[in-house]
Amino acid sequence: MGEFLHQLASGLALGGVYAIMALALVMIYQATQLINFAQGEMAMFSTYFAWKLMDQGKPYWFAFFATVVASFIGGVLIERLIVRPFANAPVLASVIVFIGLAFVFNSLAGWLYGYSVTSFDSPFTGRPWFGSGYMSAHEAGAVLVSLCVLAMVYAFFRFTPLGLAMRAAAQNPVSSRLVGIRVGWMLAIGWGLAAAIGSVAGMMAAPIVYLDPNMMFGVLLYAFAGAVLGGIDNPFGAAFGGFAVGVLGNLIGAYVVGDEVKLSVALAIIIAVLVWRPSGLFGRRLVARV
Amino acid sequence: MSAPILEAKGLEAWYGPARALHGLDFEVEDGGVTAVLGANGAGKTTILRALSGLIRRTGDIRFRGRPIGALATEDVARLGIAHVPDGRGTFVDLTVEENLRLGAYVRADRQNVRADFDRVAALFPRLAERRSQQAGTLSGGEQQMLAIARALLMRPSLLMLDEPSFGLAPLVVAEIFRALGAINRDEGVSLLIVEQNALLALDLADKAVLIETGRVALSGPSQAFRADDAVRRAYLGY
Repeated sequence: MGEFLHQLASGLALGGVYAIMALALVMIYQATQLINFAQGEMAMFSTYFAWKLMDQGKPYWFAFFATVVASFIGGVLIERLIVRPFANAPVLASVIVFIGLAFVFNSLAGWLYGYSVTSFDSPFTGRPWFGSGYMSAHEAGAVLVSLCVLAMVYAFFRFTPLGLAMRAAAQNPVSSRLVGIRVGWMLAIGWGLAAAIGSVAGMMAAPIVYLDPNMMFGVLLYAFAGAVLGGIDNPFGAAFGGFAVGVLGNLIGAYVVGDEVKLSVALAIIIAVLVWRPSGLFGRRLVARV
Repeated sequence: MSAPILEAKGLEAWYGPARALHGLDFEVEDGGVTAVLGANGAGKTTILRALSGLIRRTGDIRFRGRPIGALATEDVARLGIAHVPDGRGTFVDLTVEENLRLGAYVRADRQNVRADFDRVAALFPRLAERRSQQAGTLSGGEQQMLAIARALLMRPSLLMLDEPSFGLAPLVVAEIFRALGAINRDEGVSLLIVEQNALLALDLADKAVLIETGRVALSGPSQAFRADDAVRRAYLGY
């Protein structure tokens, strides 16, 4: 029973990371109907940025927030310089650009920081919280940080004028422009936000999966599974899906298939959802009139 | 006679490589109402899209004497030109109130926005009753009211409407045109109305422009349109 609870708890910690990444994917998907395959590598690169800052002796939380800000700016720049020229290109061209971006960040990280696996500090140290051994301090902290990020993103989109304008621009670009919203910039800010919250996911994942240029590969796959499970057009659903696949993946990995093939669980979830419920648990079923 | 708020000379517009407007001249007087009439496919909607910069256009377009022919859509809107597009342009997944808030999104005078919400609510009481409802669930007439209300919250000095009567029941149309008259009279907003229903539009308008395959076939005071039997029978169909 104790072992089961432990697996459940660490599944939740990873699930929080998946939930944030899934949210980043959904954010860009809603505005462009495209999956950003580079989201994971962007987050990995951000995590290296934070590691570099700490390596130079900066305190954790300084590095954390500096990384979030730098990732936001980086995301905006990527949209403006690399993604935007392909705005009217066929879907496949954009997909190739995203895959190319992923490789660029992967190689860049390897070139700058090397391919060796490095440990990454957690700000949450010491004895396990809540006086139990089921969840390490970092795991509990990561869940907390994930929930904070989700709440902040929700509040931003729900209660601020900019968040409203971004939702409007994603939904109906023409009407948005007619009320004076600069739709192009909304998209760039969306990329910035996705990169920023992705960097949080990276920094929360790194103490668990360790830091190396390929660290986010599995995370992105699980995040995608979570987004598909919850409904790719529904931010709440995607976040829920992230937590769900985190727990599910951990339990199945521990008790059914073994840790080595845990990644296949993500693929199995994706296939199962697409076969039986393509719109996900909370997604809207699209019905077209012909 | 007051100076025109909007003036177009030699307006041309394209859909891709195809030219849809072939050099139009027309104007809207400050505080006036100009109706754009014509058959289906004549280019009425295209005129509004060209003025808003939604499609490629050339020619001399001036708003209060200032050239706006090279501006992006969002910058045209920020000058105080509100465009209620065909199909109403509702943000269907957002609530009625969020739709209205988007109208006021670019305004700096936050303190006046609340008063404008109240005025719009007085103009269209039905919208006020449905503020927290999802806008896509509104009826066609309510969505048209919402589109006009959203445009009004931009505090425009020129309001451009694309077939506000389209697909609506006569009673609703009458209600909407009453509101448009009040907007023009009481708030001094100039109107440019594209309309299939010529009778309705000419009642409201002081000037009219008749479009035929992307060209101005006839323009002048709206009384002259109504009085001319030949024009009425040939072009306006009543």
